[in-house]
Amino acid sequence: MLSIRDLSKKWADFSLTNINLDVKEREYFTVLGPTGAGKTLMLELIAGFHRPDLGEIWINDKNITDLPPEQRKVGFVYQDYSLFPHLNVGENVEFGLRLKKIPKSETNKKIRHTMNLLGLTHLSKRLPKTLSGGEQQKVALARAIVLDPDVLLLDEPLSALDAQTQERLRKELKDLHERSGVTTIHVTHDHVEAILLGDRIGVLSDGKLIQVGAPDEIFRKPKWEFVAKFVGVENIFSGKSELKEGLARIDIGNALIEAVTQKEGKVKVCIRPEDILLSKRPIKSSGRNMLQGKITEISDRGTTVRLKVDVGRELVVIITKRSFLDMKLGIGSGVYAAFKASSVHVI
Amino acid sequence: MKIERITALFIALGILIVAVLALPIANIFLKQFAFDLTGFLSAITDQAVLKAVGLSCFSAFLAVLVTFVFGVPLAYLLARKNFRGKALIEGIIDLPMAIPHVVAGIMLLTVFGLSGLIGGPVSPFLRFEGALPGIVVAMIFVSAPFLINSAREGFQSVDPRLEKVARSLGATEWEAFRKVAFPLAFPQIFSGAIMSWARAISEFAAVIMLVGFYPMVAPGMIWSRFYSLGLYEGMRVAVILLLITLSVFVGLKYLQGRLYAEH
Repeated sequence: MLSIRDLSKKWADFSLTNINLDVKEREYFTVLGPTGAGKTLMLELIAGFHRPDLGEIWINDKNITDLPPEQRKVGFVYQDYSLFPHLNVGENVEFGLRLKKIPKSETNKKIRHTMNLLGLTHLSKRLPKTLSGGEQQKVALARAIVLDPDVLLLDEPLSALDAQTQERLRKELKDLHERSGVTTIHVTHDHVEAILLGDRIGVLSDGKLIQVGAPDEIFRKPKWEFVAKFVGVENIFSGKSELKEGLARIDIGNALIEAVTQKEGKVKVCIRPEDILLSKRPIKSSGRNMLQGKITEISDRGTTVRLKVDVGRELVVIITKRSFLDMKLGIGSGVYAAFKASSVHVI
Repeated sequence: MKIERITALFIALGILIVAVLALPIANIFLKQFAFDLTGFLSAITDQAVLKAVGLSCFSAFLAVLVTFVFGVPLAYLLARKNFRGKALIEGIIDLPMAIPHVVAGIMLLTVFGLSGLIGGPVSPFLRFEGALPGIVVAMIFVSAPFLINSAREGFQSVDPRLEKVARSLGATEWEAFRKVAFPLAFPQIFSGAIMSWARAISEFAAVIMLVGFYPMVAPGMIWSRFYSLGLYEGMRVAVILLLITLSVFVGLKYLQGRLYAEH
């Protein structure tokens, strides 16, 4: 469907380098990366707002690299929605159809259908400045999808919204994608958003697409320390791995960890904070790793509590608020931290 | 409600500057209508006065029209693109605002005069000296910066992403300009056009040096009547010009306010 081949672009002091990506028909693909990773530039290259220095972009087996934006059939929604402030909601949605000089009856039918789909009919005469962020986002989506684009590009479409609206619109985006079936590329810096929405995720770092995979793969098996950190793995230790009886024993300095891997020698050990069990007494469980330590820091996050435990190395653990209260934990409390060998990801 | 000290200071300073600007205007109207109403009424029916004022208004309108056609695209380029020599072009645009208008007149004469760089070769079919094109050229020279700079600021205030989105929706570069950038920048372009028109209509030195006293524009007539017939003769024409300029200004500013409100 969408195929990007060896795409490179230098932009001031920044370079997007050698991007290769295939997005399938009807796929919802999320691009995850921090601010300044090149996410927007990548989308703008696909949309044709800039010419690449190298590489090609194909949509439906057609090379569109040299086509101007208006001939690409690519819809674009920016972070701030970029609605035309001098046009009302209806006129914004109608903008592209009027340019195409489609018969009025067909235009009206398409507008009605799209406005209904997104629940915008009652806002038709309103100017963008009178709408909430969530409503503006829906208008921007309606304006893009009313043209039946081959690919829909979403540039951080939820980041300007409050948490509650984000959650609601995440669901609406997913529903809209299922109903319209439009191939979508959605860039975000929020790994939760990427995982919840994406059929697949690509991680972009410093202008390079460093890992592409299913959400679980990115979340559980990051290939790079950068990806691990970005998707919330807070425990990353350098160590030396030795294989014994089908398991790896990894010395991370002051602690020994068992992991399910065949990697030997210098490795990085990744353990997700929520995969660690905490107890005041030694835990009898299938977990192969149990480290003794003392709590050095407590951060209350409402429903969960994030703890730092000194086990020879500093270990970050997230437990539920209920467990935290039940165990009566505090700074200096002695605890046992247990986790399965299979929860240890080795890079 | 108690006014804070800084606000009070600002109000006092504001009143002083407004007084300096308003006093001469109020004074000239008072003198004219309280002490020389019949003189004013005779001036307003004087065909020579009406012709000079009409010529000033018309020439200023033409100057703005020409500046609009050539200046708005330039303003868009200056707002959107970076290119070598951009600072030089911006400097050239600003220069007429910084030089004495007598100097502007001399410069224009060397280019558009009968023996000037352009005025000489084109004189068999287009004359600037002693003719309407000369008045318009002189007015463009001194007034264009107001329109071009205002239009550039207008385009700079339009988020370029709006045009990018328009392109993704099927608009060509021209359609994105015409349907998005231009309407959104229009209030500022319009504001620049008003200032440009006002500057053009008031130009005296550059017009007189390039064109001479005939065809006579309003500022030329004011000077000529003041010099040869005295203060009150000059003042009558000045008041007519002031009234026209003021009413056009107020009317256009009202329209501009409505445009801003719409956007």
